[in-house]
Amino acid sequence: MQTPAPFDYERATSLDGAIAALKAHEDARIVAGGHSLLPMMKLRLAQPSRLIDINDLTELEYIREEGDEVAIGALTRHVELLESELLAERFPLFRDAERVIADPTVRNRGTIGGSLCQADAAEDLSAVCAALKATVVMRGESGTRTVNMREFHLGPWMTAVGEGEIVTEIRLRVRPGHGSAHEKLERRAGDWAIAAASAALWLDGDTIADAGVALSAVGLTTIDLTRAEDLLRGARPGEELFAQVAAIAAEDCSPAADGRGDVAYKRHLAGVLTTRALRKATARALT
Amino acid sequence: MSALEDRPIGFGRLKRKEDARFIRGQGNYLDDIRLPGMLHAAILRSPFAHARINSIDTSAALALDGVAAVITAKDLETLGLAWMPTISYDTQAVLAGDKVRFQGQEVACVIATDEYIARDALQLIDVDYDPLPPVVNARKALDPDAPLIRDDKEGQVDNLASPLWEAGDEQAADRVFAEADTVVERDIIYPRCHPAPLETCGMIADFNPQTGQLNIYNGNQAPHAHRTVYAHVAGLAEHMIRIRCGDIGGGFGNKVPVYPGYVCAIAGSIVAGAPVKWIEDRSENLMSTGFARDYIMHAQMCSKDGRITGLRVDVIADHGAFDSTAQPTKFPAGFFHIVCGSYDLQAAHVQVKAVYTNKAPGGVAYRCSFRITEAVYLVERMVDALAHELGVDPVELRMRSFIHPEQFPYQTTTGWTYDSGDYQKTMRVAMDIAGYEDLRREQAEKRARGELMGVGVAFFTEGVGAGPRRHMDILGLAMNDGADLRLHPSGKAVVSLSAQTQGQGHETTFAQIVAEELGIPPEDVEVRHGDTDKSPYGLGTYGSRSTPVSGAAVAVVSRKVRDKARAIAATMLETRPEDLAWEKGRWYVKGDRTQGVTIFDITKRAYSGEVLPEGFEGGLDAQVIYDPPNLTYPYGAYIAVVDVDPETAHVTVRRFIAVDDCGVRINPMIVEGQIHGGLTEGIGIALMELISFDEEGNCLNGSFMDYLIPTALEVPDFELGETVTPCPHHPLGAKGVGESPNVGSPPAVVNAVIDALAPLGVQHLDMPLTPARVWAAMQGRPEPPQ
Amino acid sequence: MNISISINGETVTRDVEPRTLLVHFIRDTPGLTGTHWGCDTSNCGACTVLMDGRALKSCTALAAMCEGHEIATVESLERDGELDPLQQGFHECHALQCGFCTPGMLMAARGLLDVNPDPTEEEIRVAISGNLCRCTGYKNIVAAVRWAAEHQEVAP
Repeated sequence: MQTPAPFDYERATSLDGAIAALKAHEDARIVAGGHSLLPMMKLRLAQPSRLIDINDLTELEYIREEGDEVAIGALTRHVELLESELLAERFPLFRDAERVIADPTVRNRGTIGGSLCQADAAEDLSAVCAALKATVVMRGESGTRTVNMREFHLGPWMTAVGEGEIVTEIRLRVRPGHGSAHEKLERRAGDWAIAAASAALWLDGDTIADAGVALSAVGLTTIDLTRAEDLLRGARPGEELFAQVAAIAAEDCSPAADGRGDVAYKRHLAGVLTTRALRKATARALT
Repeated sequence: MSALEDRPIGFGRLKRKEDARFIRGQGNYLDDIRLPGMLHAAILRSPFAHARINSIDTSAALALDGVAAVITAKDLETLGLAWMPTISYDTQAVLAGDKVRFQGQEVACVIATDEYIARDALQLIDVDYDPLPPVVNARKALDPDAPLIRDDKEGQVDNLASPLWEAGDEQAADRVFAEADTVVERDIIYPRCHPAPLETCGMIADFNPQTGQLNIYNGNQAPHAHRTVYAHVAGLAEHMIRIRCGDIGGGFGNKVPVYPGYVCAIAGSIVAGAPVKWIEDRSENLMSTGFARDYIMHAQMCSKDGRITGLRVDVIADHGAFDSTAQPTKFPAGFFHIVCGSYDLQAAHVQVKAVYTNKAPGGVAYRCSFRITEAVYLVERMVDALAHELGVDPVELRMRSFIHPEQFPYQTTTGWTYDSGDYQKTMRVAMDIAGYEDLRREQAEKRARGELMGVGVAFFTEGVGAGPRRHMDILGLAMNDGADLRLHPSGKAVVSLSAQTQGQGHETTFAQIVAEELGIPPEDVEVRHGDTDKSPYGLGTYGSRSTPVSGAAVAVVSRKVRDKARAIAATMLETRPEDLAWEKGRWYVKGDRTQGVTIFDITKRAYSGEVLPEGFEGGLDAQVIYDPPNLTYPYGAYIAVVDVDPETAHVTVRRFIAVDDCGVRINPMIVEGQIHGGLTEGIGIALMELISFDEEGNCLNGSFMDYLIPTALEVPDFELGETVTPCPHHPLGAKGVGESPNVGSPPAVVNAVIDALAPLGVQHLDMPLTPARVWAAMQGRPEPPQ
Repeated sequence: MNISISINGETVTRDVEPRTLLVHFIRDTPGLTGTHWGCDTSNCGACTVLMDGRALKSCTALAAMCEGHEIATVESLERDGELDPLQQGFHECHALQCGFCTPGMLMAARGLLDVNPDPTEEEIRVAISGNLCRCTGYKNIVAAVRWAAEHQEVAP
């Protein structure tokens, strides 16, 4: 079978230790679930000099409510996100997404921090967090800083995480009138998305106070549909509005043709899935 | 359930004997074998589809700690192993010396102390390539300006892989078409796919320079044929080569051919003086080993007075860079000309043009008997197209056009003699299980609401169990199989086979055959196979030939033993053999059941010091080589029910009904298991399995991330039925079945999807039916696969 | 580096390279070859084992990452000569053919039954959706897991 090239390995016993190790070694990489990194290393497309294993930093594994926010530790596994009643209650799109991310065995291992840091445009949680306008918390030698999810991905496989920094937490603001949904179409269970749409709404009565819509797999990075969000904000949810949003989704994404479909199909799908996600989000907000 | 299942010993739903080790993780697969001092091989492969090799620098790799040898074509030339024969009388480079002809072709082989180091060394080999324009599209392979791929072959001036091949009667077909009242015409592609067994291919070679003995451990489907090939290639006597196949993690045709990696392992063992293990990774398996199908077909079908009367087919077969397609010698397009299917046609004509392209070689039968899958897919798609044109229900057109029971044995217009069948009956059983009329009603209601539901029917006839030696050989080896049966003094039996199980349950089924024939419990019958030193010669397991050929061999050898036992029994009972009658497990005196001896008594006698019949030498055993008089022709009626999401074009196979008639079922549980597996592969082929290439000849499906195999979530809870029409010439009345479900299910699924899309005017759509491709068809622009 | 992992309740120690994959550690060091591998990309699930009770694809974990954790392989299922109900169910329901995916299937199913002793057919299909099988078409595997659920002794 494919095997990785040689590297050094250390197991971090503290977050500060991991940060120091990252700083001390050129080409060192953090490994958590390893389900994106290790296959790349087996293909020898990634050849880090050192792996810093943060799996023992269980202090980064949590989902908890803190004031008007839900905080998720970066090391939280997909399976915890799937099973969390708190998340299902506060942000139901998480469960939608986690049901269709990879397969249950991979979900036992993969983490939210790893998913976001992979900065793969086809990855689902990036769209989920973008739609929710999450805040990503990072820590380095000089302390902690935060970046809005919308500014977290700088390009394909590139993030705002600086040298010697580690993502520690994802923070989500809890606001009233919320409903959200994630819709994904895949060629087969466990496959990456052909396209996926995350929609989050915050209703004030029968009006949309705020909205977040983001798409996976139809651009070089997660696509934030800001034009659609502007349209939604202040409007009343309904089929006509959703159709307008779907048209924007199809227009504002920039898919590439590949084995999953051609550009026209993916644009079409972006619209369909956005509509479905908005419909479901609205229904959830209203119940 | 058939009455046979109630029989106390022999045939029936016997739980498998082989399970005991597998459920404990005690199987013995290739990678589980460790020999003392064993080294590991890894193969460097071409990144280009077509390129000249200027130079290969292995010095840095050789300098790496732990590397024992780096082998290139130059080294193989000195051993006489640079080229090897394919199973279609072509030659294939073991390691590329002059140029590479497909992406993933073997270029160099590293032998090292472990597989990690071997792969480190691959990164240190420097190959200087001059890229050449590749031939990717088979339709353009014969263009005058197409680059010549096989410049290694003397006299080869174009990319034709084998001479134009024809079957049927062209003029007769023309006449039938002239008289027809309706004609339909379609371009139909059966795209390239891959058997992708869960265990990849590999070998451990252990050459002993002192004795000249070559020991091989390998999971292949035809160990005896492989040994003969190695004997030719290496110039060794066959008895100096021993191949042992342990447990095999699936084959499905992929483990029929001899691969360059095997020869590299052998060469590596010779060069390094140690056992060498080579096991390919998944990408190597998908990108370089035997693919399946890749038939570009153009067909016309005609009818007169509502019955199908004629068929004309033109095929371009893409064989890749080396012709290693699997087929009997006289059948360069395999059994494709069984394309008349289950219908009583007046005439048909088929021609097949095989071309070289810069793609991996193959053309193995992925769970199908030599191109029958392509043939069945074509004819079943065409029947649906014709039914659509005629405005009749697809079942109705099939019913009208079927061969009738009284016509068997039936001679097809392309030269096959079908053994037995009652097609209408099997079709009706399937319709009953499906509730066909109700489904059509449900469909009409849904269509009225804009929902896309489809019902697809396919009816197939397969020809399996190759084959009669006067017609069928591979590399000059008759397609026969041997069986040796020995009863020990205790009454326990050992039967040795040339068939090679890859999960088919031979250890159980063949024990049941001996048990049935000799009246001893199946648990007292040990089935041995997989060791060329300890099993009779034969051509192995593929083309659903185990039960039709080896199963017959085991039945015949058991009857030989029974006949010997009869003579001994006559001596014991002091009577003449002809005065004895057989009932399960004993010979008794006709007319007096109390006077009899059991097979156990007889066996004991055979080994004892007591008197034996004149001419008997003691012991109780027999051996046979079985030459089947004809293929067996299993058939079946399949119905798929699908739902297509009108917005996303995603296809869900909601129900799948499979009614197979494979003659007598020795172990119905195993038969049903085989059907479940084949249906899943067929649904996979219909919906997602594809090996495709970009314009540069880069393989786009080189891992399980892109070569998609169905999971438990894509397949429905299969609904099976059966009819039993015994094979008249098989000693047990059995036919083969392993491949039927893979053959019959793709057209059922595709017909169902096209049926679902009929309101949108869709008349044809090539596999795989991925959402994107279905959606394109819904937009009125169906596209052929790459 | 020296690595100690508890495999099937026994501590296994070996000096290995950091890059050693767990599947190789399991197969090479205690020689537990029941855990197979079938792909390189964590798609096929043939290498599935349990780590601390949860299914894990051992081709996509470094042995070094598993130090201090409890690994259970297919060889752990039979206890004192008593087969796990899943092993029995696979035999009873003809849920295996070539046997190559079977250890991974058994361990994925074990992981399911440990948290959900009475799963529906759909829950079973989801739980084994990361485990590919080319032979059985899954129908009998689903039946076997149900069989095991119905024949499990309730823990005291």
